[in-house]
Amino acid sequence: MKLGLVVDLDTCVGCHGCATACKQWNTSGTIGPLSDKDPYGRDPNGAWLNRIRTYEVGDTPNSKTVNMPMSCMHCDNAACVTVCPTGASYKREEDGIVLVDQDKCMGCNLCSWACPYGARELDPHQGTMKKCTLCVDRIYDERLPKGERQPACVLTCPTKSRVFGDFDDPDSEVSRLARERGGKQLMPELGYNPVNTYLPPRNKKQQAAYETSGRSVKDTVKQWVNKVIAR
Amino acid sequence: MTSQASLPVTTGLPEFENRSNQQTKYTTCYMCACRCGIKVTVEDNQVRFIQGNPNHPINKGVLCAKGNSGIMKQLSPAKLSKPLLRKPGTERGAGEFEEISWAQALDMLEQRLARIRATDPNKLAYFTGRDQMQALTGMWASQFGTLNWAAHGGFCSVNMAAGGLYTMGHAFWEFGDPDWDNTKYFMMWGVAEDHSSNPIKLGLKKLKERGAKFVAVNPVRTGYQAIADEWVAIRPGTDAIFALSMVQVLLKHRLVDEEFLIRYTNAPQLVVNTPGQKGDGLFFRGQSGQPQVWDLVKQQFVDANLPDISPALFGEFEMPDGTPVRTAMSIMLDKYMDPQYAPENAAKECGVAAEDIERIALEMAQVAFKESITLDIEWTDWAGRKQDKFIGRPVSMHAMRGISAHSNGFQTCRAIHLLQVMLGTIDCPGGHLAKPPFPKHVPPGIKPAKVSAPNTPLKSPPLGFPTCPEDLVIDADGNPLRIDKAYSWDAPISCHGLMHMVISNAVKGDPYKIDTLMLFMANMAWNSSMNTAQTIEMLCAKEADGEYKIPFIVCSDAFNSEMVAYSDLVLPDTTYLERYDTISMLDRPISEPHAACDSVRIPVIAPDRDVLSWQEVMVELAGRLGFPAFTDQAGERRYTDYKDFIVNFEKEPGIGFLAGYRGKDGDKSLRGEPNPRQWEAYEENEGFFEHHLAPNQRYMRHANRDYLELAKEAGWVGSTDQILIELYSEKLQTFRLAGQGLYDGPMPTEEHHKERLVKYFDPLPFYYMPLEEQRIDRDKYPFHAVNQRPMFMYHSWDSQNAWLRQIMSQNYLFMNRVAAEKQGIEDLSWVWVESHNGKIRVQVKLMEGSNEQTVWTWNAIAKRGGAWGLADDANEATDGFLMNHLISELLPQKGDKVDRVTNSDPVTGQAAWYDLRVSISPAAPGETGTWPSFGALKPQPNAKSSPQMLSYSSHENVNLVRPMSDILTRGEK
Repeated sequence: MKLGLVVDLDTCVGCHGCATACKQWNTSGTIGPLSDKDPYGRDPNGAWLNRIRTYEVGDTPNSKTVNMPMSCMHCDNAACVTVCPTGASYKREEDGIVLVDQDKCMGCNLCSWACPYGARELDPHQGTMKKCTLCVDRIYDERLPKGERQPACVLTCPTKSRVFGDFDDPDSEVSRLARERGGKQLMPELGYNPVNTYLPPRNKKQQAAYETSGRSVKDTVKQWVNKVIAR
Repeated sequence: MTSQASLPVTTGLPEFENRSNQQTKYTTCYMCACRCGIKVTVEDNQVRFIQGNPNHPINKGVLCAKGNSGIMKQLSPAKLSKPLLRKPGTERGAGEFEEISWAQALDMLEQRLARIRATDPNKLAYFTGRDQMQALTGMWASQFGTLNWAAHGGFCSVNMAAGGLYTMGHAFWEFGDPDWDNTKYFMMWGVAEDHSSNPIKLGLKKLKERGAKFVAVNPVRTGYQAIADEWVAIRPGTDAIFALSMVQVLLKHRLVDEEFLIRYTNAPQLVVNTPGQKGDGLFFRGQSGQPQVWDLVKQQFVDANLPDISPALFGEFEMPDGTPVRTAMSIMLDKYMDPQYAPENAAKECGVAAEDIERIALEMAQVAFKESITLDIEWTDWAGRKQDKFIGRPVSMHAMRGISAHSNGFQTCRAIHLLQVMLGTIDCPGGHLAKPPFPKHVPPGIKPAKVSAPNTPLKSPPLGFPTCPEDLVIDADGNPLRIDKAYSWDAPISCHGLMHMVISNAVKGDPYKIDTLMLFMANMAWNSSMNTAQTIEMLCAKEADGEYKIPFIVCSDAFNSEMVAYSDLVLPDTTYLERYDTISMLDRPISEPHAACDSVRIPVIAPDRDVLSWQEVMVELAGRLGFPAFTDQAGERRYTDYKDFIVNFEKEPGIGFLAGYRGKDGDKSLRGEPNPRQWEAYEENEGFFEHHLAPNQRYMRHANRDYLELAKEAGWVGSTDQILIELYSEKLQTFRLAGQGLYDGPMPTEEHHKERLVKYFDPLPFYYMPLEEQRIDRDKYPFHAVNQRPMFMYHSWDSQNAWLRQIMSQNYLFMNRVAAEKQGIEDLSWVWVESHNGKIRVQVKLMEGSNEQTVWTWNAIAKRGGAWGLADDANEATDGFLMNHLISELLPQKGDKVDRVTNSDPVTGQAAWYDLRVSISPAAPGETGTWPSFGALKPQPNAKSSPQMLSYSSHENVNLVRPMSDILTRGEK
């Protein structure tokens, strides 16, 4: 299996729901806690596994606003794993999830420097590296209702812009979406072969307008005659 | 939810959670006003996980950033833990409190309130903020006998509520929704992140999947605008001229739904046309008292409400006595074909190109008339006639705060509804759908109370819907009777009151002084007030004898908000996870278009503090004060607590706060005798109740007999009469006549009131320049300044939330790059922003997606240090800023009588937050930092200090250990 996410940039409104859902689940999850430094002070900064970045593309008046959720891409060739000196970072053989064994991580930061997607964050309290687990502690949990065996970010997304699944299975929803919507990898030129796939914004809907014959306001008023319409 | 099949089990995973130690509970979110259903996993009285309830009608399993941050609300170090009394001898604002017991607090409040109630109940001003329990608080105020009650609608969305309720008996958000499943063209007007958080997001997804067009009309391209197919960068406050120009385009091409207008609106009704005479602009009424129409077949005047007549939509006629009359539609033709509304002229005012105005109108016409949809469902109309289908004109709209917060918002809202009606898109498939208990008759039949007497309940609620000047709440001399001057000539149909005027008026003693101000969930000492710095001064203002001008201030809040420091008695509320609560059918419930729904909150966490929910305090005080509705004939308390009250109180036989699981056995819906197990029934049903409408009751409900009969049985409407859409408002015209001196009834004496009535009480929607712009030098203040809250904080009144504030803890003044470059203003530089009311120094951020004449910011990011558990040097306290300082609660001062008039919509009293105009100038070199700045407040007594490091987990985290064998066999892979 090659598990990962599809993120639909056509419908993401940048609400940050996935970011806080992730924080909420995972702070008590296997990778947690996700600590927060100065949570009520100046420049509060904690460990997050999923952040939303918002960009403007193009100049006034033709700019476009794009919201870009970013979390671990679970790369096929994960440089973060390669550089880990302790074996804490690894990519699971059975499903491709990239994880950090918290007992083995010494917080050296090499992996976060190696990651071009900014997907790894050092826990300010524990000093170990935190990252997206694809909610490995949810997706296999048979005690959860079937529909809820999803990463927390997918479960919560209010515009359903996030889909989780197996990219090895050509019939999975993620494979189908990636195929049909022209899914894109981020920075494929770097060669890490990220699994997570982004769906580009759709072409804008073109709506036909009612075909009218040109007429002046004056003409129009003259033409208004009552039609017999029963109330 | 995706269709992902469950994954094969991978072996070797540890037990991550001790499920035997966890409970799942259902309640209703309150991180904002959206009211989503949540499923909460709890262990050891701590929250493990809050997720959307998949079965809930509002959010269907999803949850936003706020809802997902509930744990941090529960964990806030700013939670109040005991009732607080300002220490004798200390000043308001010093934050010196002593903790007292609830018994002391309630005794003290009871004595004070009993004295007020026995003498002059209006000396209690009771105003609530973002609560959703107005059915209870309003009833409490009525029973107390004070006119001076309102919730926060007057500074939030009354323009939208009133605009809709005075036009078609429903409105946006709580009153109605786009038909997300069928609409093909959706237009969103203005800031809309404020209301209906998750349903709109779910809806937008459906539109995008279906290929419907989404047009966003907004000066700023953030939030939902990011995914719109078309962004219309309108100039703030000019939406009405855009809408009405589109109306002109439709009229010009005769692309209006004439059948809809004739059957469901008052467009064919005949209006007296005798300018300058009494009775002008009122309907020509027959013997029966009914408005008349001209029947084209019978060739005579007939009662407008009859079925099977053929009313003329256009034309001028003469009454039998020779009085000229014309149809309301003919007046509309005259009005909207005026060159003022021609696209080329409208374009100059609103900044939307003429060809775009024309095109968008014609796109909507195409969808409404050429791409209509038909549902083959038999239904019965109001007159009992069988119809074989519902015809859908799948164009829909949504508008909220962006329209509402202007002083022309009421008429703008009506203009948008007019556009919807012209296209025949009201309560039809694909159009704008009402949500039960709406629609109601136009307007709902409750009149505001006018008379207050000692120890006597009001005869009607303090808030209602005036239909003529006789309904105003004024004395014989025309002076306001309410402290906020609601229902006075300043703002005659201010159906939600004017919370933003209470402090200012009370301190000035205009119209009179009060004794006690009681606030719930309202941060009036900070971001909920206009003119914040001066409001803080007012809260501390004293008489010559040293007594505070507002002698006693009570506030209930769960957190140490800025308001706490300025209160004398503070009653600590529970958090939303610790309380019983109802989102009641008597209020604005959580209904969906095709289901009447209400819901409850049920505690999922036991409070660890000495707190009481405000609901409990209300019921307790009502019992102590002996309110008739809360006591029996012997004067004994009728209800032991809030839960008991909710179960057993009946507004009328069988109708209570909760509509579900009624009847002795819990098997009755909407109406039924009290069910002693009602709370348990809600708990068993995941905290909500749904009554699905039958397919034949789902559309055209303003004229659908099967629906109207249900609505009457449920107590939502008083009769099964057709709910006629009032495009032409005779009710507004009565006020205009009063302004013209042509009314047989109360009339204003002051010239400026007369002028306001004549100008703004137009019976038809129209565009006018917002009031602040009319009174300032537009060249001196060339920019519009507006604000919005980010999606992850909207309507969340505790942005001290440790997670959400990491997303944003400082706001900037956003400015269009091109406009900034013209002024030599650089990104991240400091500028002075000046309005007629004052100036502030702020940091600028340049952006592309903003109207060039508009600057804007994220609202309510700024906080005071010390409040909310924040450190004194928190970014919110040092770098954030409030635009509020620039906004006056009064109109710009010019030395005339209008100086005393509220900065609000002249019809509804809606606070005109977005009318602000400013100038921008670079700060001098070296001038940096936010100004004004405010000193830090004190934390509450015995506050636990805010942690420097937070590592929350509801249990010990279980690490997934990588086996050494894996490292050895696979190495670094």
